[in-house]
Amino acid sequence: MSKINPDDIEVILATDCGSTTTKAILIEKIDGHYRQTYRGEAPTTVEEPAADVTVGVTNAVSEVAELAGRKLLDENDQILRPSNGKQGCDIYISTSSAGGGLQMLVAGVVREMTAASAKRAALGAGAIVMDTISSNDKRKPYEQIQRIRELRPDMILLSGGTDGGTVKHVVQLAELIAPAKPQPRFGDKYRMPIIYAGNIEAWEPVKETFDDDVELSQVENVRPQLDNENLGPARDEIHELFLEHVMAHAPGYDKLISWTDAPIMPTPGAVGNILQTIAERDGINAVGVDIGGATTDVFSVFDGVFNRTVSANLGMSYSISNVCAEATMLNILRWVHVDMQERELRNRVKNKMIRPTTIPQTLEALIFEQAVAREALRLAYIQHKEFATTLKGVQQQRTVGDLFTQDSGGQSIVNNMKLDLLVASGGVLSHAPRMHQTAAMLIDAFEPEGFTTLAKDSIFMMPHLGVLAQVHPQAALEVFERDCLIYLGTCVAIAGQPKPGRVAFRYKITGDLSDEGEMYAGELKLLSLSGDQRATVEIEPARGLDCGAGKGRPISREVRGGEVGLILDARGRELAVGGEKGADRQTVTQWVNSLHLYED
Amino acid sequence: MAHAYTPGLKVSRQTKLHCRRLLPISGKVLVEVGDLVEAQDVVAEASIPGDIFPLNLASLLGVSAADLPGCMLKNRGERVEVGDELARSKGIFGFFKKSYFSRSAGVLESVSKITGQIILRGEPIPVQVRAYVPGRILEVKPEQGVVVESNVTFIQGIFGIGGEQYGKIHLACENPEQPLTEDLIKPEMRGGVIIGGARMTHQAVEKAIAVGASAVVSGGIDDQDLKNILGYDLGVAITGTEKIGTTLIITEGFGDIGMARRTFELFQSRVGSQASVNGATQIRAGVMRPEIVIPTADDSASDVFDDGAVEGFLEPGSSVRIIRDPYFGMIGQVASLPAEPTVLGSGSKARVLEVKLDDGRKLVVPRANVEIIAG
Repeated sequence: MSKINPDDIEVILATDCGSTTTKAILIEKIDGHYRQTYRGEAPTTVEEPAADVTVGVTNAVSEVAELAGRKLLDENDQILRPSNGKQGCDIYISTSSAGGGLQMLVAGVVREMTAASAKRAALGAGAIVMDTISSNDKRKPYEQIQRIRELRPDMILLSGGTDGGTVKHVVQLAELIAPAKPQPRFGDKYRMPIIYAGNIEAWEPVKETFDDDVELSQVENVRPQLDNENLGPARDEIHELFLEHVMAHAPGYDKLISWTDAPIMPTPGAVGNILQTIAERDGINAVGVDIGGATTDVFSVFDGVFNRTVSANLGMSYSISNVCAEATMLNILRWVHVDMQERELRNRVKNKMIRPTTIPQTLEALIFEQAVAREALRLAYIQHKEFATTLKGVQQQRTVGDLFTQDSGGQSIVNNMKLDLLVASGGVLSHAPRMHQTAAMLIDAFEPEGFTTLAKDSIFMMPHLGVLAQVHPQAALEVFERDCLIYLGTCVAIAGQPKPGRVAFRYKITGDLSDEGEMYAGELKLLSLSGDQRATVEIEPARGLDCGAGKGRPISREVRGGEVGLILDARGRELAVGGEKGADRQTVTQWVNSLHLYED
Repeated sequence: MAHAYTPGLKVSRQTKLHCRRLLPISGKVLVEVGDLVEAQDVVAEASIPGDIFPLNLASLLGVSAADLPGCMLKNRGERVEVGDELARSKGIFGFFKKSYFSRSAGVLESVSKITGQIILRGEPIPVQVRAYVPGRILEVKPEQGVVVESNVTFIQGIFGIGGEQYGKIHLACENPEQPLTEDLIKPEMRGGVIIGGARMTHQAVEKAIAVGASAVVSGGIDDQDLKNILGYDLGVAITGTEKIGTTLIITEGFGDIGMARRTFELFQSRVGSQASVNGATQIRAGVMRPEIVIPTADDSASDVFDDGAVEGFLEPGSSVRIIRDPYFGMIGQVASLPAEPTVLGSGSKARVLEVKLDDGRKLVVPRANVEIIAG
C-alpha cells in the first residue's frame, strides 16, 4: 500500500463489495473541493463461475470509467495510479460484506457486563454476532458446547473479568470453547482465530487451555474496570484478523487486498465510522439505519458513544417472511389504509421471499411493502435501544435528591428527544417513489421526538466514505456534506399522550416560512420548506406534553428544510396505531393524506 | 438494449449432472475414480469428535480445584466407562473419603486445576455421505468427497422442505392445473415421489405422510397450509432439516398456481422411474434450490438445460412467466423491451417489458418481475 500526501490526492476510486452488487464511485477534486462525480455497479463475483471478487470490481470500475470518460484500468485490468490528466486515480479503497460479511461468536463471563462489552466491540467492528456465550446465559455447559460446535464463525472474541478480577470464570469459558473445536466457516485449512480480550491475569491459564488448533491472540481487556469500556484494541484486532484470515480465504480477496491503498473494512464498520466522524465534528446525536434484503443495521451516536446493532433476520426480501412472523400480520396491516386480504398477502410475502429481486408494480403492493418496512425498522430499533445501554454493573452513589430518580446501570442511551439527525439508507427507504414515503416510514418506525432532521443516503455512499475517512478525513467529510446526504426536512414531534380533541401544541414559524396555528391531538401536518430554506419554529406544548424543553414548556429552534419539508407531528409518543385504543384506519388514512404519501 | 439478463430455474429432460458430494469435515473417501455407484451407496465418511460432558468434579468431591488432580484415579487420555470410579477425595485423616463414579463413557480429555472442571469426550460421531444419484465417480477430492457423473432428467423447484429422499415417481394429478387433494393420495404411493399439479393442500400432505410417501411435488402451496404442516410460521428460507415425515417441493410458488406444463409433462414421461429428491432450499448468497433428479439410461445427454425456466437473455419473442402480483403466474411472450424506464402503478420508475399473453392481451411489467421459460 503506497503512502501518498493527502494534499496530492485529486482522484479517489472507492468500491463496496456487497453480497449481490459491487458498487464503485469516483471522487474528484473540483474547484478545491472533493465531489462524488460518477458511480457504477456490477454483480458481485465471489461465487461460481467467476469465484473472484476482483472480476466484479473491475466490471464496476469499467462502468465508472466509461461514464467518466477516464481510463481507470490498464490492459491487464489493473487500476491505474496515480492520476494523470484523464487517466487513473490517486488512491483506491474498498469495503466488503460479500459472502455474508464477518460472522463472529463472542463470549464473556456475565452476559450484561463483559459479554455485552465484547458484543459491542464485535458489532462496532462490523460483525454479525452469531451467538453470545456467558456464564449466566441460562444454558447448561454441554448446551453451550453443542452450540459452539454447530456454529461456524469466522472468529471468536473471548472476554471476561475486569483486570485483577475473576480468573476462574474466564478459564471456565475457555474450557468450553477449547474442546468444542469450533470450525471456521471458510475451508478447514486455516486455524480458528480467537481474540482474548479479558482479565489480563487470566491470559496465561487461558493460553494453556487452548492447543495449536486455534490461532490465539491477546489484546487489552474490553472491560478493564466495571465502569470503563475499552473497545478500540479489540475492534482493531478484529479488523486485522478479518483481513488476514477471513478475507484472505475468500475468492479473489488476496488480489483485492494488494490493490487497495488502505485496509479493506467490513461494510457496516465503515458506515459506523463515517457516522461517528460526523456526529463528533458537528457535536450532534445521530442515528443511521440501513435496511437490506436480509438484515437491518442500526447505528447510533449519543453523547459521543457509538453503538451498532444488526438485526440478522429483519429485511425486505430474503427476510420479509420473518418480519411478518415476528411483527404479526395484524401489526403490519395497521399501517395499511386500504382493504387487503390476509391469505393473499401471506402468499405474496412468501413469493417475495423465494424471488427476492421482484419489485412492487401496483400501488397496493407498494403500500403493503412500506407497511412491512415500518415494522422491520421498528423491531430493529427496539433491539438497538435494548442493546445501546449505559454500562451495567457500575455502582452509583446516591444522594437524597436522587432517591426517586436514580437510574440503575443498563439504561438505554438512545434518547429520541436528544436525536438530532436520522439518516436512512437501504432499498425500501432510498428507492421509495416519493421521498415523503421515506420520511413517513422513518417517523412511524423511529418515533423521533422534539426537533429531528431527516435525511437519506443518496446512493448508499456511506461505506465508501467510512473507509475514506481513515485515509483522507477532509475528502470524506466534504463529500458526505455535499453529495452523500439528501435532506428530507425536519420533523417536530411532541412526546407524551395528547388528549383526544384537544390542542396538543401551538406553533409559530418565522424565517423563510411564515405560519402559525394549532395542532390537535392525532394530527400530522406538512409545510413546504425547501432544502436551502431555514425557519425558526416556536412550539408551545399543552400541559403534560414535551417538545424538548420539558413538559408544557415552550421551545424555539431553527430548522432546515428539505425535499419533503417541515413535518409537524401531534400524534404523541409512543405512537398508538391499531388495536382497541390506537388510531383506526380512518385516522391512518388522514395521516396518509396529510403527508401526500401516495399522490402528486 | 433489446435484451436483459434474468435468472431462472433449471429444468432439463436430459442432462449430464455433475453432483458434488462433500463431507462437512475432512474424512475418508471410500470410492475411486471410475467406480459405478448406486444412489444410496456411501462414498465418503468421517468421524467428528464425540459429544462433550463437562463436569465440575472438584465441587462434587468437595475439594478445591487445585487439589483435584491429586484425587483423579484416571489419567488424561484414558478410557472411562459408565460406573468407573473416576476420582476419590483424600478425606480427613483417611476418613470421610468421597468417590465419584462416572455416569458417562468416553475419554478423559482434561482436568483443570483452576476451575475444578473435567471434560469427558464421548464416542466419535460418524458422518456418511451417500452418492445421492446412481452414476460413475468422475473425480475424487482427497479427504473431502467425490463428484458423481450421471445422466438424468433434472428439475429444480422454487422452494422445498425436508432433506434427501429417494422413491419412484407416481403421478397423482391428471393435469398441471389440478390441485393435489387428499383423495388423490393412494396407499400404493408408499415410499414414492408423488407428483401433483397445482396447489397441494394441507390435507393432501397429511395423507402423504400417513401413507409413507418419500416426497410430494406440486405447483404451489398456500402459506397458511405450510404453517399448519410445520407448526410454525417459516421466517427465513433456509430449509432442509425439517422432519415432517416427507419432503415437499413446490415448482412455481405460493398460492393457487399450476405446475408449468412442460415440467408436468416431463414428470408424466418418467412415471415409475426411481428418483432422488432434496427439498433443501437456501435463498441467500450461495442460493440453493430444491431438486428432483431422475436417472436416465440414455448416455447421449448434453449439458444443456433445455426445458422449463432457464437462464438467459430477455429479448422479443422470449417466453416468460410473470412472478409477481398482480399478474403472478401468467405466461406469455416478450412483445417489446422499451429502453426508457417507465413509471409503474406504484409510482416507481423501472425498466419494463411488454408481455403478450396467449389470449392476445398485452401487459406491461417490470423486467425484474419475469423469469424466462423455455419457448
